Amino acid sequence: MDEAAVAREFREQYGRAVSVLYRSLGDLDRAEDAVQEAFAVAVERWPRDGVPAPAGWIITTARRRAIDRLRREAVGRGKERESELLRQLTAEPPESSDDIPDDRLRLIFTCCHPALSPEARVALTLRLLGGLTTAEVARAFLVPEPTMAQRISRAKAKIRDARIPYRIPSSGDLPARLGSVLSVLYLVFSEGYAASAGDRLVREELCDEAIRLARALHSLLPDEEEVIGLLALLLLVDARRAARVDAAGALIPLPEQDRTLWNTALIAEGHALVRACLLRGRPGPFQLQAAIQAVHDDATTAGDTDWRQIVALYDQLLRASPTPVVALNRAVAVAEVDRPEAGLAAIEPLREELAGFYLLHGIRAGLLLQAGRGEEAADEYGVAASLCGSEPERAFLLRRRDAVTGGPAAGGSAAGGSAAG
Amino acid sequence: MTQYLLSVYQPDGPIPEPEVMSRIERDVNAVNAEMRSAGVWVFSEGLMPPSSATVLRPAHGEVLLTDGPFAEGKEHLGGFTIVDVPDLDAALEWGRRVALATTLPIEVRPFAG
Repeated sequence: MDEAAVAREFREQYGRAVSVLYRSLGDLDRAEDAVQEAFAVAVERWPRDGVPAPAGWIITTARRRAIDRLRREAVGRGKERESELLRQLTAEPPESSDDIPDDRLRLIFTCCHPALSPEARVALTLRLLGGLTTAEVARAFLVPEPTMAQRISRAKAKIRDARIPYRIPSSGDLPARLGSVLSVLYLVFSEGYAASAGDRLVREELCDEAIRLARALHSLLPDEEEVIGLLALLLLVDARRAARVDAAGALIPLPEQDRTLWNTALIAEGHALVRACLLRGRPGPFQLQAAIQAVHDDATTAGDTDWRQIVALYDQLLRASPTPVVALNRAVAVAEVDRPEAGLAAIEPLREELAGFYLLHGIRAGLLLQAGRGEEAADEYGVAASLCGSEPERAFLLRRRDAVTGGPAAGGSAAGGSAAG
Repeated sequence: MTQYLLSVYQPDGPIPEPEVMSRIERDVNAVNAEMRSAGVWVFSEGLMPPSSATVLRPAHGEVLLTDGPFAEGKEHLGGFTIVDVPDLDAALEWGRRVALATTLPIEVRPFAG
């Protein structure tokens, strides 16, 4: 086992180890430091002595390191807090290897607490539960590392100073608090699947991380329908990853994708999850979105897509989650069932509110083109490109515009509505 | 237990009509009574308008006195409540009730120490 393999195993166990150490130590920095120190020991020992049962080994080693550090720090006057913590820690019975605790659920709810800013929730979740380094989180969100380091340390300070509790919310608070957790995971995935900025369309590492965390959440809360819905949604969308980008890194929209490249295992797993959660009869926004993606994934060609079913699901979704973006996606489906003009009419009332959202213009452009209004379509493609932060998506929109106007890079199909695939 | 300051932020300008005010007062009193019976109430009071404020600033060993609130803005501190509760979630729950009773935004902030 080399250092990279030790690092992979550590990342797998990181969230759980931090969650357990945080419960004992009551301090996120101490918990993280202890787990990092255990990692340093593992790099030295695992390749030589072989790999123990990792979760238990890491937690036990990290706890010993935390105790050692506290012994050094608790010397002298004014160290009552450290001494008290040390006393508690050494009094705790060591966990036996078949009874390794898991406090990740508490940690998830703490990281995604609504009193933290949405950016901080995402950063903390990736850092503390995903085990990403601050540099990796910074890279994923294209911010300088010092900015990300500050964001994370401020959030940790708020957790400590404002006493954000370390517990699973009561059943009355659970739906709202769970909503915040699901949004964070969805945001991580979305940023990975359609990077809002930069020169890469897909950031696989973020997609993988969101799915890994969604799987963990599902194993911790197996009976929550919306958790199943979120996991299904991520799998059903991620299944199309390989078909979504061409060899040059350019975007291929859903209607033009080579569906033989879709990951059938992920689709099957997603389908089974959608069926399982919808059977419970409490459809929420994530379950409905998953069901919509399941309908897309069912179609062997774009022409086989059951758009009526998709419109019906969007109608339900709009009732559960009446947002302009949902209404915009519904308009695309309406255009498919009816005519492009019907889609344009459905978009009309959204134009003001979503004026700054590139997808509104991209979708409108596609529909205008289908309705034979090429000149307006070209203008809308231009507006969409100017609002879009992702290089590959911008290039796609400009190619579409040039295809309409017969401009520089003519080529590719001019049909197709949504730029989202 | 931790003490939290629940500050009420009130827009500048005229206060609501008397019947609206009396309903707000009734609701605020009800929340205060609940806090007392839950044993979390420490202090709670409204403030006179910002025009009644005086600011003192130290300068070169002297203290300068000026009329008016410390900062002019669109909102001002209208009053506050102090609760003593186990954690932020409990403070936020009381803050939520104060927000509904006062119909105004509430800032929840822990005391140091």
